[in-house]
Amino acid sequence: MNDARVDEQPVILVEGLVKSYGETPVLAGVDLEVRRGEVVALLGPNGAGKTTTIEILEGSRQRDGGHVSILGFDPAQVNDEWRSRVGVVMQSWRDHARWCPQDLIGHIASLHRPYVEASGRRMRSVSEILDLVGLSGQAEQRIRTLSGGQRRRLDVAIGIVGRPELLFLDEPTAGLDPQGRREFHELIHALVDDDNTTVLLTTHDLDEAGKLADRILILAGGRIVANGSEDDLAASIAHEAQVRWSANGVAHVHATPNPTTFVRSLLTGPDGDVVTDLLVSRASLEDTYIELVTRHEAGLGPSSVFKEAS
Amino acid sequence: MNGTLYAIKIGAKRGWHEQVLSLKSTQDQTFYLFFAVVTLVYMYVNRNNTVDGLDLTIPQVALPTIVAAAVTFGLIVGPAQQIAMEREDGTVLRVLSAPRGSIAYATGHFVLNMTSLLPMLAVIMLPSVFLFDAGSQRGWSGWAAASGVLVLAFLALLPVGLVIGTLVPDVRRTTTWGILPLLFMMAVSGIFVPLSNLWGWLQAVGQGLPLYWFAHGMRFAFLPEGAAELELHGEWRISMAVVALALWAIVAWTIAVATMRRVGSGVSAASVVTARDTTAQWVR
Repeated sequence: MNDARVDEQPVILVEGLVKSYGETPVLAGVDLEVRRGEVVALLGPNGAGKTTTIEILEGSRQRDGGHVSILGFDPAQVNDEWRSRVGVVMQSWRDHARWCPQDLIGHIASLHRPYVEASGRRMRSVSEILDLVGLSGQAEQRIRTLSGGQRRRLDVAIGIVGRPELLFLDEPTAGLDPQGRREFHELIHALVDDDNTTVLLTTHDLDEAGKLADRILILAGGRIVANGSEDDLAASIAHEAQVRWSANGVAHVHATPNPTTFVRSLLTGPDGDVVTDLLVSRASLEDTYIELVTRHEAGLGPSSVFKEAS
Repeated sequence: MNGTLYAIKIGAKRGWHEQVLSLKSTQDQTFYLFFAVVTLVYMYVNRNNTVDGLDLTIPQVALPTIVAAAVTFGLIVGPAQQIAMEREDGTVLRVLSAPRGSIAYATGHFVLNMTSLLPMLAVIMLPSVFLFDAGSQRGWSGWAAASGVLVLAFLALLPVGLVIGTLVPDVRRTTTWGILPLLFMMAVSGIFVPLSNLWGWLQAVGQGLPLYWFAHGMRFAFLPEGAAELELHGEWRISMAVVALALWAIVAWTIAVATMRRVGSGVSAASVVTARDTTAQWVR
């Protein structure tokens, strides 16, 4: 993406990543590359393996095969120095319920301090961080009494306490209302502008991926099936049209670059007489996303479609 | 090494902070209140009963055994439950994903459980000492001996709780993994019935476990020389108690460190994730 930095080693490099849970394959050869300063969204439906991917990259889950390099290290064998360079914000944390944000941020910050200072970066003070994530008013409130949005902002605060070069965010806005979601997006933008932090986030929301990320990777059927900016993706499928129809009471959808040919063969085909409600329309980005996901998931076998892999 | 010391310092602060939060929490206050009330009721009911052949009341004779049983309960069930819960709610993962987090986490539990001895001892001993004249019958040397036995017992028992908390598959199973073995240990250690009333092989099992020696050491510290006739073989075996507790401490810490190391490595961070997912399913 960034031609000036092509010679630099990517922050995240993944090749042929494979993972299954028992008999159920989840990742069937994921390849991805993220360069310094990029904000990349890993987009996919529930159960596509987004959380599994991010957990393998941050070193909290083991992979079955493939090559993974994060900041030049294999996350399965990392040291404390590496941990201080990587920030992690996972889903559904309910930890330290009795603590207050100020104490927890201070505690985790103290563990990072020697590493941050040794590398010449400057630690943010606890009150600076609370300000940054908008929790100054809740600094001394029990964590268990925070709202969902406040809780997520605390998670981010702890994720960035060591001024990481790379930040992983797993479904960062799940469970937030639209207002909380928007505030969260602003927070991420502010962080990235400040520190040139590289961010890999997961989401199942196409709209969110477009708002937050420079680049979107779509994960479906255990593989990356599309890679590009929101505009790239829109452009690459803009020529596709969507044909909807019903036959014997069953609704059908088909995306095609050539609707005329498709419709002709549909109507002259064996089921031509029972086709009703025919509609041809230009596919929206969302339609294409759903179509893409459905097509690739079907390829991996029916069991994978509705299983949440996280 | 410097970094390790620094992480130990941060961990000690963590443990102290957890202790302050624990003392402020209604749940933990209820826990202490329960021990206080049960002990007080038992002592009050038996306040005028004396032990045959000795110039001692039941509260005086029972106090050291009750202290040993309650402290053992706290040191095994406490950390087992805390760690099992913290594995599931993400606390372990959160701390371990910070640099040298595993050292800070382990130190935190050491300090938390060490400082928990104070409120536990206070609620059990203070009423008995002041209301029923229980406590050391040997003066200050008895109190000093009791402190020594407590330190050894703490070192022998805490790692058992840490290992259970690290290995138990989920928090609901700390009952079968922690409380049942504990009740068995109490049954064969002369807590509910004197050891001499048990079959010979059960006596042997009891004397292989740390609780018997903990309780024996506490009775030695609190009771006069002549009370030895209540003991197995009719004598105080205090050096045996010291050796047994020290051996338990060495073996249990070796196992605990190895187990917790495994949790600190990448493999078991994954099991932390799995544990969290499992609870998430139940909570939902």
